Amino acid sequence: MENTAATPQATAGATVNRAVIAPVPSDRDIDLGQLFTVTLKPFIAPLVGIAIFLMLWSFAAKNIETSLGAFPGPAAVAEQFGNLYDEHVVAGEKEAAFYQRQEERNAERVAADPGYEPRIRDYTGKETFLDQIFTSLLTVMSGFMLAAIIAIPLGIAIGLNKTLSAAVNPVIQIFKPVSPLAWLPLVTMVVSAVYVTSDPMFAKSFVTSVITVTLCCLWPMMINTALGVATIDKDLVNVSRVLRLPPLKHVQKIVLPAAVPLIFTGMRMSLSIAWMVLIAAEMLAQNPGLGKFVWDEFQNGSSSSLARIMAAVIVIGLIGFMLDRIMLTLQRYVSWDKNTAAS
Amino acid sequence: MNWSTSFKAAAMASAISLCVTAGSAHAEKLGYPEKEELRFGFIKLTDMAPLAIAYENRYFEDEGLYVSVEAQANWKVLLDGVIDGQLDGAHMLAGQPLAATMGYGTKANIVTPFSMDLNGNAITVSNDVWAQMKSNLPMNADGKPEHPIKADALKPVVDKFKAEGKQFKMGMVFPVSTHNYELRYWLAAGNIHPGYYAPHKGDTSGQLQADALLSVTPPPQMPATLEAGTINGYCVGEPWNQQAVFKGIGVPVITDYEIWKNNPEKVFGMTEEFIEKNPNTAVRVTRALIRAAMWLDENNNANRAKAVKILSQPQYVGADYDVIANSMIGTFEYEKGDKRQVPDFNVFFRYNATYPYYSDAIWYLTQMRRWGQIAEDKPDDWYKDLAKKVYRTDIYTKAAKSLIADGLAKAEDFPDFASETGFKPVQTEFIDGVSYDGSKPNAYIDSFKIGLKTGDKL
Repeated sequence: MENTAATPQATAGATVNRAVIAPVPSDRDIDLGQLFTVTLKPFIAPLVGIAIFLMLWSFAAKNIETSLGAFPGPAAVAEQFGNLYDEHVVAGEKEAAFYQRQEERNAERVAADPGYEPRIRDYTGKETFLDQIFTSLLTVMSGFMLAAIIAIPLGIAIGLNKTLSAAVNPVIQIFKPVSPLAWLPLVTMVVSAVYVTSDPMFAKSFVTSVITVTLCCLWPMMINTALGVATIDKDLVNVSRVLRLPPLKHVQKIVLPAAVPLIFTGMRMSLSIAWMVLIAAEMLAQNPGLGKFVWDEFQNGSSSSLARIMAAVIVIGLIGFMLDRIMLTLQRYVSWDKNTAAS
Repeated sequence: MNWSTSFKAAAMASAISLCVTAGSAHAEKLGYPEKEELRFGFIKLTDMAPLAIAYENRYFEDEGLYVSVEAQANWKVLLDGVIDGQLDGAHMLAGQPLAATMGYGTKANIVTPFSMDLNGNAITVSNDVWAQMKSNLPMNADGKPEHPIKADALKPVVDKFKAEGKQFKMGMVFPVSTHNYELRYWLAAGNIHPGYYAPHKGDTSGQLQADALLSVTPPPQMPATLEAGTINGYCVGEPWNQQAVFKGIGVPVITDYEIWKNNPEKVFGMTEEFIEKNPNTAVRVTRALIRAAMWLDENNNANRAKAVKILSQPQYVGADYDVIANSMIGTFEYEKGDKRQVPDFNVFFRYNATYPYYSDAIWYLTQMRRWGQIAEDKPDDWYKDLAKKVYRTDIYTKAAKSLIADGLAKAEDFPDFASETGFKPVQTEFIDGVSYDGSKPNAYIDSFKIGLKTGDKL
């Protein structure tokens, strides 16, 4: 009782103390300067960097003449961002009108043909840039998750067993450097042969892209997991022996925690590969994501096509950066070994 | 004249409004569509316009169809999409359903109830080739080249390439494409051998004995491929010839209208299985497409500007308005600044453009035989039977008659269905002066100077 009552007092005291200490360097100018250096300084260099890049870009753009007109500078790209957003808004209105017309038509038909069970059909219009970003994210996450489900257990098995590792290693080494473009025709044909349903839950183009992403981002995860498992501290393994942990418990209590930093390093590498592969896969498989957007605009060859592609390039870069940061945060969060999580 | 066109317009407008209000009156006769959600594919070319218009003007929705229209990467992807069912139908090269049914390439029974347009292609050569050709051309009073430009002017250029040990290469869009046959027709008429196919020996390159080597490039990539110097010229649909003029990388020398006046172009293909399973849907799709084609040609192309605006949207053709407009509104720019009137460059409905004539199908088949894609002689009946299997005039007739019954179209705009045989009268307007009678395919094949004839086998 007394303790709890005392705590707020103690905190209050501490605040008072700090408040007393704080104004000691007194002068307001210095205080502002300090604020400036502490909060803004880390941003100065990057901002200057970006400003210089934009200047160089717009300068270079003016001097590159393509058969579709001048290469787009920052202003043209910014304008296209505006256009892409406007198109999204217009498409939204069209979609609403589509559903309304459909309801009216369904009502008419039910009046004429009472046996008809009206169904609401999906909007048939073209997906917008924002929809395509979403599709790309969904595709990359699906491919990445699928790869994780395969690669991590397999990696653990390989890491635990030297013979298995020796057996699987050549296969991994051969498939690891294969480009998605080489896999794609094979995946496409296999998917269209095997994935046959009358009412498919996913479009074939989606499945093809997902599998291609999986095939390409499997390897770093598998190798790092195996490495993490194989290099566990001998002492930890001995502890497990002494405690006579059953194999599954051994994996759960000793192997996984010990290998987590490297598993996440592998996952982070895989995700960035997955994102890069995805764009190529979507271009060829015509999965309606950012890759298809770039491809379609290239095919259009209109005077705004290059600026729109450049807008997509920036979005692709930003999303790739964002995904990497998310993985890094996750990696830091689960990792006990802060060294591997550096950078 | 004026009075009659405006009367027609008024009649059409009232007819359309009639249908909208009467909506379901025709439904009892025709029956509701079996499949309401459909996906149609197309290649980014202006002659996909009927699809875009049927969607944007909601003709598909009027039929109770929910159609999504999707651009495809190339003709092969598009065809595979239709065959394996990812697509319910597509904007196709006229040769594709014929070749697929015949089993040249992927074997599949693909049929067409609707011919999408007449003309619309052109042959473009690189600036360098044009400069060399130009000195061989007769000039008219204005100092501009006299049209049509024959391949005779190209012949010395090709010979020069050969003498220097270089290959003269040209792009076309697909082995069984209209463009391939038109380009071959033009070259052969100028004594340039475009090469034979020999599928029975496994040679499908089409370059045997060739003076000019033809190869496949997807339409939207034609200008870029020409610019890169990989090919010296190409034959493609619009807007990719006008694009070359705008980009200043090549010069269109001849339109297909000048090679064969009012030649049939794209068709709308679906699998036979789909049509059998969904007969009402097939008729309804055809109705929507006929209405779109009528709208495109209405009142002397009055709606073309609107159509160009729609086509220039990124999800359809996506090229700049000006580039598409150039050919769609009845002019065609050859050499930069040499813009000429070609009012029938793109015909969507006039001259019974949408009716799937057997004789059109047979023309393609004769060219396949001429260049060796059909390796052996076939009797005349074989040509006719195949044409009748693939070109489904029955579906077209049903669709057109129901449109007439609904007051959405007028009987005089269509062939007289009671007497129509599906064979056009003998056509004579070819660049080489050879006349074509669809009822005698073998005799036609034998009438060419260059090409396989009866009894020839490579």
